[in-house]
Amino acid sequence: MYDIKALYEATSVDHAVQLLLEHPQALIIAGGSDVLIKIREGSLAKVELVSIYKLDALRGITKEADGTIRIGSLTSFSHIHADPYIQKHIDVLGDAVNMVGGPQIRAIGTIGGNTCNGVTSADSASTLFAYDAEIEITGPEGVRICPISKFYLGVGKVDLRPGELQTAILIRKESYTGYKGHYIKYGMRNAMEIATTGCSVNVKLSQDKKTLKDIRIAYGVAAPIPIRALKTEEAIRGRKLSAEVREEIGRLVLEDVTPRNSWRASRDLRLQLCSTLAMRAFEEAVKKAGGEIDG
Amino acid sequence: MIVGKSIPRIDARDKATGRTMYTDDLCDRRALIAKIKHSTVAHAYVKSVDISEAEKIPGVVKIVTCFDVPDFKFPTAGHPWSTDPHHQDVCDRVLLTKHVLYYGDDVAAVVAEDEISAADAVRAIKVEYEELPFVLDVQEAMKDGAPQLHEAYPNNILNHTSYRSGNYEEAIKDPGLIKVEGWYDTPTVQHCHIENFVCFASRENEKLVVVTSTQIPHIVRRVVGQALGIPWGRVRVIKPYVGGGFGNKQDVLYEPLCAFLSESVGGRLVKLECTREETFCNNRVRHAIRSHITTYCRKDGTLVARKLECFSNQGAYASHGHAIVAKGMGAFHQLYPCPNVESDSWTVFTNRQVGGAMRSYGMAQAIFAVESHSDDICRAIGMDPMEFRRKNLMPKGYVDPFSKNEQYYDTFNQCFDKGAAYIGYNEKYKAYQNQSGPVRRGIGFAPLWYNTAVWPIALETAACRMILNQDGSVQMQVGDTEIGQGADTAFSQMAAETIGLPFDKIHILSCQDTDVTPFGTGAYASRQTYVTGMAVRDCAERLKDKILKTAYRYTRMQPYLMDIQDGNIVRVTDGRVLMSVGDLAMSALYDLDNSIHITAETTTQTKSNAYSFGCCFAEVEVDIPLCRVRLLNIINVHDCGRLINPALAAAQVEGGMSMGIGYALSEKMIYDQKTGRLLNGNLLDYKLSTFMDHPHLEAQFVENYEPTSAYGTKALGEPPVVPVAPAIRAAILQATGVPMYELPMDPHQLFRRFKEEHLI
Repeated sequence: MYDIKALYEATSVDHAVQLLLEHPQALIIAGGSDVLIKIREGSLAKVELVSIYKLDALRGITKEADGTIRIGSLTSFSHIHADPYIQKHIDVLGDAVNMVGGPQIRAIGTIGGNTCNGVTSADSASTLFAYDAEIEITGPEGVRICPISKFYLGVGKVDLRPGELQTAILIRKESYTGYKGHYIKYGMRNAMEIATTGCSVNVKLSQDKKTLKDIRIAYGVAAPIPIRALKTEEAIRGRKLSAEVREEIGRLVLEDVTPRNSWRASRDLRLQLCSTLAMRAFEEAVKKAGGEIDG
Repeated sequence: MIVGKSIPRIDARDKATGRTMYTDDLCDRRALIAKIKHSTVAHAYVKSVDISEAEKIPGVVKIVTCFDVPDFKFPTAGHPWSTDPHHQDVCDRVLLTKHVLYYGDDVAAVVAEDEISAADAVRAIKVEYEELPFVLDVQEAMKDGAPQLHEAYPNNILNHTSYRSGNYEEAIKDPGLIKVEGWYDTPTVQHCHIENFVCFASRENEKLVVVTSTQIPHIVRRVVGQALGIPWGRVRVIKPYVGGGFGNKQDVLYEPLCAFLSESVGGRLVKLECTREETFCNNRVRHAIRSHITTYCRKDGTLVARKLECFSNQGAYASHGHAIVAKGMGAFHQLYPCPNVESDSWTVFTNRQVGGAMRSYGMAQAIFAVESHSDDICRAIGMDPMEFRRKNLMPKGYVDPFSKNEQYYDTFNQCFDKGAAYIGYNEKYKAYQNQSGPVRRGIGFAPLWYNTAVWPIALETAACRMILNQDGSVQMQVGDTEIGQGADTAFSQMAAETIGLPFDKIHILSCQDTDVTPFGTGAYASRQTYVTGMAVRDCAERLKDKILKTAYRYTRMQPYLMDIQDGNIVRVTDGRVLMSVGDLAMSALYDLDNSIHITAETTTQTKSNAYSFGCCFAEVEVDIPLCRVRLLNIINVHDCGRLINPALAAAQVEGGMSMGIGYALSEKMIYDQKTGRLLNGNLLDYKLSTFMDHPHLEAQFVENYEPTSAYGTKALGEPPVVPVAPAIRAAILQATGVPMYELPMDPHQLFRRFKEEHLI
């Protein structure tokens, strides 16, 4: 039995905004794979919920006229994984969300919920960071767009103001064209797991596949929120592909990450992982982009 | 032949289609719901419990606190009763406690109309504690001045036992000996059966009826009687199908509290169901055991003197207590005979989850320590691990003077040969020597030793009843339980075989009801095919004898001239079918002159025991920079005597291997050192392995007929979990050169060890 005080079911995005304004204490429920767990634990006893689950307008993946890939916030992980646009342009995101929990969770869980939770371990988040995704937010004032790096405010906190809900995730054409990426989720087991640390790297190579025109490195669980290894990216961008560059990435990222000690994993283990995962994900991304690293 | 065939489980179709009724399915939806208020401190006296707010919550029917329960102390272990008071289980439990001994201990209980009101009320109960210092580590708890849990046990030592043979101290003076020493630590883990504990209780006339998910219904009846201070005959316990137990349900869990709560609301129906979090925190766990082994040996691997010290972390209450570590200690000198042995084991209370029975009953811990140490010896003296085992393991003809168990066959070598051939051990062992680079492979193996059943440490008894139906089929009841392992199918195969009926003519009543079912102590100790098998055989022979004697009336043939084959009464001298068993049953039952209802019932005491053996081979790939192990190949080979049902036997082995893989690589209960709280008591944070973490699980057998057994069979339920962790440890050792001393060998552990050994 779930201890729910009230459930308000939205019939449109506008209606959802209205319900959220009318019931400011209410939480949004989408797939429910996180909210229902908290209710069962008792930590949300007597909760009020605004359900957006029936808003089919927020479901699905489309390519807009300017090439932007638009992922409706209610799109499930299994849908994203199987989507042809995703497979063609950002297959790494499809791979990443295919590592969430197990098949049942991936069928019910949504990418909007995954990002709105504001947790650093979200499997979609590091890849979205790595692709400079933008968050479309709809509220009483209409629609606003927020870069994902600004959307995350702190542990469990995202930039959603009263009456607002996330309606889509946008990935601009220039963010994905020519990029190939790889995500490594590191967990203590191979399914039903949240990441101990996750690393998503994408690269854009020169015509001759010898030089890194661009590199983007993002992490989950390397800091309180998902982060980009910006200093490392800066230092490596434009370099020729080589084993030294790979090793340098492994060293430099340690300056970018700030993992914490917790009973789930020590800071030292996470540092070891951050370094190794970056090198490994870099190598895979380069391979996918048609490049080669000697040694 | 019906025994020895892979007949599909008799409950397979119902279970696969969801028709099987488990305890919760059977509970009337109008039942009141009980929920428990658990302590939020690890060690304290309860000063007061304020229920004033909780009582106001609509739907709350009754609240009972630790100040309201009777002072009948009771034990919880699923052991047979002993008529010798010194051999009885420790009575250290009351229904709700004023002296909190672990974080989560039970201080009050709510009975309400529904789950939500019950949960609300539990949150609204305020408990005031006088906090006491607590202790979590087993050796810390033994020190003078450590926080004391139970008054009667100074230094928290529940028990200490020893074994001595030869003269260790003298033997080690020989100057030519090589000394090898190691500490081996195993974690607290939980069974994680699918069905959480659930029971419901109500009064019917003057009887207290408890329906419960248990492995041990007859023992539950006795303990409910003890806990409530009522005659055992006033308690009726019913055990429906069970969704797994693995030993957790070989303990009396919340049946006494649920029965008491029902009584406290006038005998109304009350249901008490544990959440998964409560299953972790408030049921039972596998004992964490720390072992210290010292071996003095010669360069050629000859064992001269050995010493074992084991420290078993009991947690807060005695439950199965010292029996667990004692079983492992008993294996030490039997598995590797050595002229000079000293062993000591201590079972020690700490403010942690309560250690109970869990699949392999201490042997997974013991064999991890002993076999890890064997590999450490090999490393120290430069001996091949296979050669060391073949030289030193319990040889054919070995007899244990205490149990009278005998090693009748050259079983270890047979099992090793079979496992090595499957996995390609010899070739891979050579190929994987002296690797370098970040990702390396290794292969290893470990033997296992197990005792079937509990004789002569405790009583072994089983009972069986058979009734011949009009159609020539047989209804069978036993006191021992189907808990998912396939016992009902195995018993049915045995009965069909001995009576001479087709398999589908045996109808076993799966449910145990202590008012109806003959006595049995239940599913534990991998005992039932052996011990209950004796009762089934005896009862089937008696029934057959009665059938043939009755058949004389209608066939006029002497009983000794007849046999039952495939459901017919056959004249053995010429093979002629005289009549069907069905025709005989009809004739006998409806005989107007001398009606007879053919039945048989028997109680069989077993005063023998049997060794069960086997081994595991594992091949791994170790990614050193990522501190992780990938299991590539694994096989268990078992000699559990003759297989009753090879497909079910393989299923048991696969399940045990899976449990062993989790034990080796990922499972561990983690404690907050500041509060004593269990941090990862849920299925997300507790890393039970998934099938994505397993390679193909290969199960093979060496079928050496067990001479003491009714059907040639012996223990298989628990043994498969035992050798997996040390085999994987050996494979990691070969791959990396780094010995692991602590389970699980998860990334945290590998990171620590690889750092220490400068691999990363």
